[in-house]
Amino acid sequence: MITRRLIGVLDRRLRLAAPVKKALDKVFPDHWSFMLGEIALYSFAVLVLTGVFLALFFDPSASDTTYNGAFTPMNGETTSTAYSSALHLSFDVRAGLLMRQTHHWAALIFVGAIVLHLCRIFFTGAYRRPREINWVIGVTMLMLALLNGFTGYSMPDDQLSGIGLRIIYSAVQSIPVLGGDVAFLIFGGEFPAQQTIPRMFTAHVFIVPAILTALIGAHLVILIRQKHSQFAGRGRTEHNVVGSRLWPAYTVRTIGLFSAVLAVLFAMGGLAQINPVWIYGPFEPSQATIPSQPDWYVAWGEGALRLFPRADIHVFGGLIPSPFFPGVVLGGVAFLALYAWPFLDEWARRDKYDHQILDRPRDHPVRMAVGVGALTFFGLLLLAASDDVVADWMQLPVNSVVWTYRVLVLAVPPMAAVIAFFLSRALRDAQGGFSDLTRANLKTMFRRRRDQTAQESHPGGRIETARRAEDQWGWRYVESFDGQDPYVLASTNSYESERAALSAASLAYPGLPTRGSPSTGTDGEVRRVEHRSTDHRITMAAGLAIVVALAVNAIRRRL
Amino acid sequence: MSREDETRPEIAIVASFGVTVAAAAVFAATYALGGQTQILGAALAVGFGGLATGLTVWSRHLVQGGGYVEEHEGFASAASEVDEMTERLTSIAHPHRRGLLGMLVVACASLGAAAVFPIRSLLQPRGDHPERQLSRTVWADRSFRLVDAGNRPVRIADVGSETVLTVFPEGHTDGGDVPAFLVRLDPAKFTAKPPAADIDGVVAYSLLCTHAGCPVSLYEQTSGKMLCPCHQSVFDLLSAGRPVAGPAARALPGLPIAVDPSGFLYSTGDFTGPPGPGYWGRP
Repeated sequence: MITRRLIGVLDRRLRLAAPVKKALDKVFPDHWSFMLGEIALYSFAVLVLTGVFLALFFDPSASDTTYNGAFTPMNGETTSTAYSSALHLSFDVRAGLLMRQTHHWAALIFVGAIVLHLCRIFFTGAYRRPREINWVIGVTMLMLALLNGFTGYSMPDDQLSGIGLRIIYSAVQSIPVLGGDVAFLIFGGEFPAQQTIPRMFTAHVFIVPAILTALIGAHLVILIRQKHSQFAGRGRTEHNVVGSRLWPAYTVRTIGLFSAVLAVLFAMGGLAQINPVWIYGPFEPSQATIPSQPDWYVAWGEGALRLFPRADIHVFGGLIPSPFFPGVVLGGVAFLALYAWPFLDEWARRDKYDHQILDRPRDHPVRMAVGVGALTFFGLLLLAASDDVVADWMQLPVNSVVWTYRVLVLAVPPMAAVIAFFLSRALRDAQGGFSDLTRANLKTMFRRRRDQTAQESHPGGRIETARRAEDQWGWRYVESFDGQDPYVLASTNSYESERAALSAASLAYPGLPTRGSPSTGTDGEVRRVEHRSTDHRITMAAGLAIVVALAVNAIRRRL
Repeated sequence: MSREDETRPEIAIVASFGVTVAAAAVFAATYALGGQTQILGAALAVGFGGLATGLTVWSRHLVQGGGYVEEHEGFASAASEVDEMTERLTSIAHPHRRGLLGMLVVACASLGAAAVFPIRSLLQPRGDHPERQLSRTVWADRSFRLVDAGNRPVRIADVGSETVLTVFPEGHTDGGDVPAFLVRLDPAKFTAKPPAADIDGVVAYSLLCTHAGCPVSLYEQTSGKMLCPCHQSVFDLLSAGRPVAGPAARALPGLPIAVDPSGFLYSTGDFTGPPGPGYWGRP
């Protein structure tokens, strides 16, 4: 009753019915991998919510103050105002520590979700024409997420983050010719400058989030304008989108996901300690925490700094210090490559077509090799950031651990890329996973063959129209098999005439017979594909059973 | 399906949302009683977990997922529409008005260029050119007494051979580029003379690693080597602070020191080179 009145009140002023109906009818593909970007979005929401709370209590100032509060070991100590207010926030403000820790965990998950989303987009070729703009926006958001993660982590002015800030400062300072000026421009003077923390605060709570919000908006508007891409499947063509409607199916699901993200983040924020600045102590330029490792998403840079050999270069009367290469060039090249990838890919494959159906990752061995190689490379660099901890655990000299990592970082990614290349070639013809590989598949592995662009699965159904109301028509896509329930996709839109409905249907399924003219030939083909796909599940289950049996047998023999 | 089966999801949903209500109450109560972090976090987790569970059951059992198709109109407009749009947009640049447009662009560009100037304020309101600031430290200003982190003057007798002693110029213990360390070495073992001469084996070096500026705080007495905890660079103090392992490429600069009649140490000049990480104009 109240809803009805509210809708009425709004509609009499805004004429909402048509646009709202269109929005509620938007179709979202049903595949779990489309949720990765949503996890990033919801982590961002958590970051904003907890961040606003934190900003109300945090005082970003480098000036000295005396901490007086519940954390007795620091009571009466002189520290920077930023550090003191971080302690205050953690111990003297109710729920402050929960918010601080949740904020930090959310930042880690935010970047993680973005990276996974990027991998999904990369391996399925979703960045291809016409979606390059959204790829570029996404890569920019990843960069901003890294930047904001780093500034947020450095603001409390604790010992660990102070060291990290000093390292970044050194990397900036290493830029040829302009390094000193750029470092002073960013940090406000020679390290540790009074202005650094206030500047990071302004960037962290205002500038970067504002840009991120605008880019998220653009990302979503473009997504809605271009509509979702989709994986190949029954009834899916290059000219339609198959899935659930925004209302109610998708909305219920996505709010459930939002709640799940909130639940996980608050569980981590409440129960898992992170960045205990009170243990690290306030930053003193003459001290260091041992060992020091940064948050995971900048650890690849730290690993590169540890592995890169000394290589000071003197050119044109100037010095290029060695941190320049791992600290500036590596990140710069990585992001340039990310930005350029869709265009390189388009150019290399001479691809001038619009794509709506996503690739199966295995159908593009080169892309698979590049992706796996790059992920291995950065993964190893990330591990190398903890070389001192590894050396300590294994009781080895740090130097040998460094050399091992140097060899691994250079040797393993190409090997991983080659293996990924041949495995995807082998899998290309297999219907299932690794357990379904036949000898014939393995033979084709070394044979050259043109990359396939995603094949449109030939829809083998028919179109039917139906009257939905007095002046409303809809259409359905129907695949029917003998003795089975028919597979039906209903059009989400309504049309004013049967003609309009039919023309929309022929847009979605070009060249398909309409109403009551079943095409048995293609029906048969579809059924065969269907049959094979159930078959591979059985094969996979059987393969798994055999592996388990063998494993159990092996263990029993040992015992 | 029997009636029981049909109502089962609804019972699960109601129960999940009920858990959320209870968790919300626990959160509020905990907050009022002092706000124990773990309980607050767990309460919110259970609360949102209840919502998530209820909504997931809802979406799996009570609403139908999938089953819809939407036609895609294509990504590009018809060529005629594009032509029309282009025509409309470019009509403003009628040949007679090209000059006006050109002047508008020039005007906006000038304002944009003018707006770049205030960025200079970010560089630093006062002070020398950045590279000049990087190349010198407070030690250059005058002779300072050497003090420890607690601002206590350091005597030469305080310097041991087991550990290094971090020192600062008196009154500047917060400086980023001034920290130095003292240690007593056996002059007979020197393979190269320290960059700033030693006083009976007591040497003073910059504490900052020449790789990325971390304090090189780990001293190994037997070999006379300093290790940086950040990227594991090693400096040989017996060999003029030369880097012997890790990514650092330059030796630690030395600090010239002297001792006054009552045994207190004081500095006699700046480091023998710019301390810390390298930069373009570094000599």
